[in-house]
Amino acid sequence: MKFSTYLTQISGVSIYPIISLSMFVVFFVLMIFWMYRLPKKEIERIENLPFDDKK
Amino acid sequence: MNQEKFYYDNKIPRLFAIACIFWGTVGMLLGVIAAFQLAFPVLNFSEYMPYLTFGRLRPVHTNAVIFAFVGNGIFTAVYYAIPRLLKTPMWNRALSLIHFWGWQFIIVCAAVTLLMGYTTGKEYAELEWPIDILITIIWVVFGINMFGTIFTRRERHLYVAIWFFIASWVTVAMLHIVNSFEIPVSFMKSYSWYAGVQDALVQWWYGHNAVAFFLTTPYLGLMYYFLPKAADRPVYSYRLSIVHFWSLIFLYIWAGPHHLLYTALPDWAQSVGTAFSIMLILPSWGGMLNGLFTLRGAWDKVREDPVLKFFVVAVTCYGMSTFEGPMLSLKNVNAISHYSDWTVAHVHIGALGWNGFMTFGMMYWLIPKLFNAKLYSRKLASAHFWIGTLGILLYAIPMYWSAFRSYFMMKAFTPSGQLEYEFIDVVQTVVPFYVIRAVGGTIFLIGVFLMIYNLIKTAQSGDFVESEEASAAPLVKEYTAPKNSIWHSLIERKPLLLLVLSLIVVGIGGLVELIPTFLVKENIPTIASVKPYTPLELQGRDIYIREGCYNCHSQMIRPFRYEVTRYGEYSKAGEFVYDHPFQWGSKRTGPDLARIGKKYGDSWHFNHMLEPTSMAPGSIMPSYPSMYENTIDKVSTNSKIHAMRKMGVPYPDGYEAIANQDLEKQAMQITKGLKENKIEIASDKEIIALIAYLQRIGTDIKLEPKK
Ligand code: HEC
Repeated sequence: MKFSTYLTQISGVSIYPIISLSMFVVFFVLMIFWMYRLPKKEIERIENLPFDDKK
Repeated sequence: MNQEKFYYDNKIPRLFAIACIFWGTVGMLLGVIAAFQLAFPVLNFSEYMPYLTFGRLRPVHTNAVIFAFVGNGIFTAVYYAIPRLLKTPMWNRALSLIHFWGWQFIIVCAAVTLLMGYTTGKEYAELEWPIDILITIIWVVFGINMFGTIFTRRERHLYVAIWFFIASWVTVAMLHIVNSFEIPVSFMKSYSWYAGVQDALVQWWYGHNAVAFFLTTPYLGLMYYFLPKAADRPVYSYRLSIVHFWSLIFLYIWAGPHHLLYTALPDWAQSVGTAFSIMLILPSWGGMLNGLFTLRGAWDKVREDPVLKFFVVAVTCYGMSTFEGPMLSLKNVNAISHYSDWTVAHVHIGALGWNGFMTFGMMYWLIPKLFNAKLYSRKLASAHFWIGTLGILLYAIPMYWSAFRSYFMMKAFTPSGQLEYEFIDVVQTVVPFYVIRAVGGTIFLIGVFLMIYNLIKTAQSGDFVESEEASAAPLVKEYTAPKNSIWHSLIERKPLLLLVLSLIVVGIGGLVELIPTFLVKENIPTIASVKPYTPLELQGRDIYIREGCYNCHSQMIRPFRYEVTRYGEYSKAGEFVYDHPFQWGSKRTGPDLARIGKKYGDSWHFNHMLEPTSMAPGSIMPSYPSMYENTIDKVSTNSKIHAMRKMGVPYPDGYEAIANQDLEKQAMQITKGLKENKIEIASDKEIIALIAYLQRIGTDIKLEPKK
């Protein structure tokens, strides 16, 4: 009777989690890829932004 | 390049900081009172007034801590950090002030109306529709101000903290709007648009993500700004923080559907899903480690600096909660934790440890800065740290303990197959744990008072710095990104794109979960014998909602032997189709009520609600004498029935006009029955409506013809 069982009875419902899962996987992989391509110098500048207000 | 001069304003952050500490104290104090009420029911003061009973006080406590304490904490950080990170003042001072005073006004309205009994009956979204609208307006004001600032910035790059703030803003807006669909019945009374199972799904979609996007992501923004500031060194790995951000906003919104619909997945997808669920603990832990590693090689500083001490424990608690959370979603763990004190312990590790300590650390760092002073006493701050830690332990350990004890007691059977313990036995066993928990909370609160004293002294010893001068060059119009950085820095330099992308990200994630939720209505097998509530029962149900009975009682029996034996046949989805809002509850301080109808006679309820200990010696339930004096609000019957029919509850056309006749008839019947038991009461009292409702709950299904 778990209430999610009523969800699982919707016809074709499995497409939703598959959409969500596959988009997540794609996104995650792309993101890791971008991250490694960020130039080191730029990273260094950005991560020091919180200290720019020091006189 | 020509430098432009401008000023960082400190007045708004100071206002928010004061509000944060003030409401934090109030919220925690209410929590302590509520905790003591569970051990000593006289503290409900219900003999004198109905306003302070646990069922009304607890929502004020939770709302105060979440939206007033943490909310003002977020705004303190935003109004301090964003201008400095973007090298520009906040965009519009008037909007800042409207935001500040508007938010405080909402908090006051919330506290007053909740204590008066105006509630939607949906946890963490209890506020009634006029306040919901007010929240929307102020939230938009905040958003305009934040984006105005971002668009007028002098720093091209958006530091990761700002991403967290932006994503939180967008998502909270979406959650608030979707979950607040309600149909107003009168000023300050509405019914949830959704019913039963669907209402529950939307509500917990909201609840789960509110924890993520109100209590977690904005505070991560806070961590990524203030932790490096306090440690005086950049975050351990900026790259990791990017992964942390994107995977987290994905994780929360997107993990939902594949948890909920797990069993509907084909095998290959289940395997991928499982692998990912495990991987998804990583971003949170990545975030925690990122915070802790920022302090690598600086542990001598941590030993000295109370700010860093608070941050270290806060971040550790974040790691603990985010590990515990996924564990609680496992089926067999959930069977134990659901409805129990385990959940309460879990959220308090988060609230006291993560949000609380993060806020305290920020305040100990920020207030000396704002007042250009040294912290009055480091020793006192260290004392606060240890007292607070002790408070958390004394809070959490008894709760875990009581959760397991009551679990084993609830499921114990004698060899002859009878339940070994009555519910009241369990109540009696856990009361001592409630006392220790309340003491733990008190100790935590004492720590807060030490902080207040310390910060006031600090402020007095310095001079408030109203604004700080700074200068920076304006952004150049034509800008070419360095090679290789196209992708991310494209997003990062374009806040609108970031906003739109995060909206798409959470939007699609939300839709993917919500579409099946909206389809579910057609898929719930209807039960022919389940009928709409009678007018009297509907009024009784609204009293049940008003008194917040759902804070202690569930209406949802799970298909376990020890529950079915104790409470009766397990709950079916089709039983709740007319429940606007659903009242499944989330915590069983009292027994489940899904099959309470006809379990006892009317006179039992009459005596029990007036004085619970008269029927159940040792009960910790509040008494409700005011229901025996107040009369049923018959004027509202018409519009209530009307609203229900609008939402598809099948009352006959024109029924609202004659509904009160049926109401009176049913009430007379109940009073007649009571009279036979030597109980005299007028038939227009609220208790009569409540009894009618209680006697109805879960009985329809018994009328179903046996197959
Ligand atoms: C502080 C938590 C608390 C609140 C709030 C609370 N109850 Fe209870 N309730 C209990 C406890 C504990 C018991 C078990 C002992 C007893 O029967 O009194 C109980 C028992 C009951 C029972 C008897 C259940 C049974 O199967 O024996 C009913 C009916 C009931 N409560 C109704 C209500 C209603 C209606 C409200 C709201 C007006 C309410 N309760 C609010 C804690 C609470």
